[in-house]
Amino acid sequence: MSLFSASTMACYIASSIGYQGYILFQKKSVYRLANIVLFIGFLCHTGAIALQYFEAGHIPVQNLHDALSAFGWAVAGVFLILQIKFHLMVLGALVAPLATLSVVIAALLPKPPVELAPLFASLWRTFHIGSLVVGNAAFAIACLVGILYLIQENTIKDKRRGFFFRRLPSLKLLDSVGYASLIVGFPMLTFGIITGVIYAQMVRGRFWSWDPKEIFAAITWLVYAALLHERLAVGWRGRRAAIMTIVGFVILIFTFFLFFWR
Amino acid sequence: MAVKRHIVAIGLNHKTAPVEVRERLAFSSEDTAQILETMHQHHCVDEIALFSTCNRVEFLLATQDVPEAVEALKDFMAEFKDTPRHTFEQALYVYNGDEAVRHIFRVASSLDSMVVGEPQILGQIKDSYADACNYGTCGVILNRLMHKSFSVAKRVRTETGIGDHAVSISYAAVELGRKIFGELEGKAVLLLGAGEMAELAVEHLVNNRARPIFVANRTFERGLELAERFRGTAIRFEEIRNYLKEVDIVISSTGARQYVLVRDDFKGLMRARRNRPLFFIDIAVPRDIDPEINRINNVYVYDIDDLKSAIQENIEERQQEALRGERIVDAAVVQFRRWFRALDVVPTIVGLRDKIEKIRQKELKKTLACLHSVSEEDRAAIDRLTAALVNKILHDPTTFLKQGGHKDKQSFHVDITRRLFNLDESNEKEPEPEG
Repeated sequence: MSLFSASTMACYIASSIGYQGYILFQKKSVYRLANIVLFIGFLCHTGAIALQYFEAGHIPVQNLHDALSAFGWAVAGVFLILQIKFHLMVLGALVAPLATLSVVIAALLPKPPVELAPLFASLWRTFHIGSLVVGNAAFAIACLVGILYLIQENTIKDKRRGFFFRRLPSLKLLDSVGYASLIVGFPMLTFGIITGVIYAQMVRGRFWSWDPKEIFAAITWLVYAALLHERLAVGWRGRRAAIMTIVGFVILIFTFFLFFWR
Repeated sequence: MAVKRHIVAIGLNHKTAPVEVRERLAFSSEDTAQILETMHQHHCVDEIALFSTCNRVEFLLATQDVPEAVEALKDFMAEFKDTPRHTFEQALYVYNGDEAVRHIFRVASSLDSMVVGEPQILGQIKDSYADACNYGTCGVILNRLMHKSFSVAKRVRTETGIGDHAVSISYAAVELGRKIFGELEGKAVLLLGAGEMAELAVEHLVNNRARPIFVANRTFERGLELAERFRGTAIRFEEIRNYLKEVDIVISSTGARQYVLVRDDFKGLMRARRNRPLFFIDIAVPRDIDPEINRINNVYVYDIDDLKSAIQENIEERQQEALRGERIVDAAVVQFRRWFRALDVVPTIVGLRDKIEKIRQKELKKTLACLHSVSEEDRAAIDRLTAALVNKILHDPTTFLKQGGHKDKQSFHVDITRRLFNLDESNEKEPEPEG
């Protein structure tokens, strides 16, 4: 494992612990430190991926190991970007462990050498997987935010106080961050599916083969499209939207693994 | 005899005196000038400060004779307020020394207030202190004491959560509103009915820049009054349902026996609102808002019991934080005591050095006057010699006095020093200590 990879893992783990610490002890300095450590980890991760790129000559997203690692990278990246605008302190406690988990599982997986198709097709495949990875990361964050929303909404609705009420931000903020994540994720998902279709045409000669992967990808796309549409047209927000983002992500995960286990 | 000054705090508060007694003894700002000047002139009062609000009256004195000063003050209060001493004497507390310091620290930190953690008292005390400074009735001791109490109060506020969360219904409503809406700025409020708690809640919301404000009252004139107070709009009670589409927060406090709003009123409402959240604060008993409405998505209904239990937790937590505040006060009292004790020692050391220096100068002058053949350099050398002698001899006693030692022994040491070196010239008749 390269130095970059090791540092990445260490930073992600450290920031995960830091964010949990913030939730327990509510000390702002711990939160800020965790942010910095995560950012450093993200930089190391970028370095690790760049290293792989130079070694292999192509962007490393071809097998499950690489894709998971890229997923972790994208999750950290999207989160850090959202943090610039939203400062959602509690979210880090969910996101950092997710990034950590991705990177750790990726490290445990084998790295089968990838047969390099002709360059052009490979490029489409890279775009396809790359944009899906970023889209997945955004939807993952939307899902986590949705979970936080449901927790907070329950405490307010049921008038139960307890651990979370103080520590979680307002419903409005959670809703806004969820929405922002969707807006990042949906174009990526769309682009990913389109490039996937084009790639399929190049490799198999047909745009659409009606295999399970494609069907589930379509279903996922429809779920998120419906979610966004309802939001814009009807103002579907709050509890139902949060539940839908969670459901959408579950389907998405399923599609993701379906892709690689064939 | 050592010059020892004492700090005394005398006063009464909402715990020791009923409101009739407090009313009788409250001092206005005009009274303050007169009281401070008169009492300051009293021979046993070195420094004085006064603090008076609707919940307490506090006097702070620095005096050499505690019993006499206390009596003088009580007499003065009886005379000034034209009320016999026995009517308020029972309610007065008198704190001396450390206890007085602790009392003032606690009062400034709002630990002695009716609502622990309230923010107003510190500002009130600061104003009173400024007054006392204007009239020149504070000296070294009270200046230091007051400044220390401000910093202790600040520490308690920032290091504990004592002022953090709402302990009143109206604040609780605002806090909840923030948890739902994030920002309260620009959120529309509808007030149904009237009532002290409800109006206070609206006021808090307005302070947080909520607007516009709508007021609906069965009596339109009353609604107009309230609307004017909040710079809002009065609407007719029958129009309420129409406005539900526009507002974000509804505060309800009517005297109605039945529900003013039921679930059926909400058909299609949330869709028309594009599902924007709606928050009901139902302070009325019997309730105005059908609790079933809470089950609607994105609608939140809190009745008075819900608000009370929300506060209850905060009250308990505030009590915990108050304990932490007490610990901070304890530490500050110890620190202040150290300073106060040193205050005793410093004039003693200064007096000692002064006396020895005077002796040196006198002898130096006498000797040098007789030594005609001594050069300028030699004079300087002799001067240095005697100065060095004095410094070296006084070094150990000075250090010993400064370090303080055992807390009770220090005054004794200061006293002995003053006697040994006869620093108080009037004490020729006092017997010298043995050994």
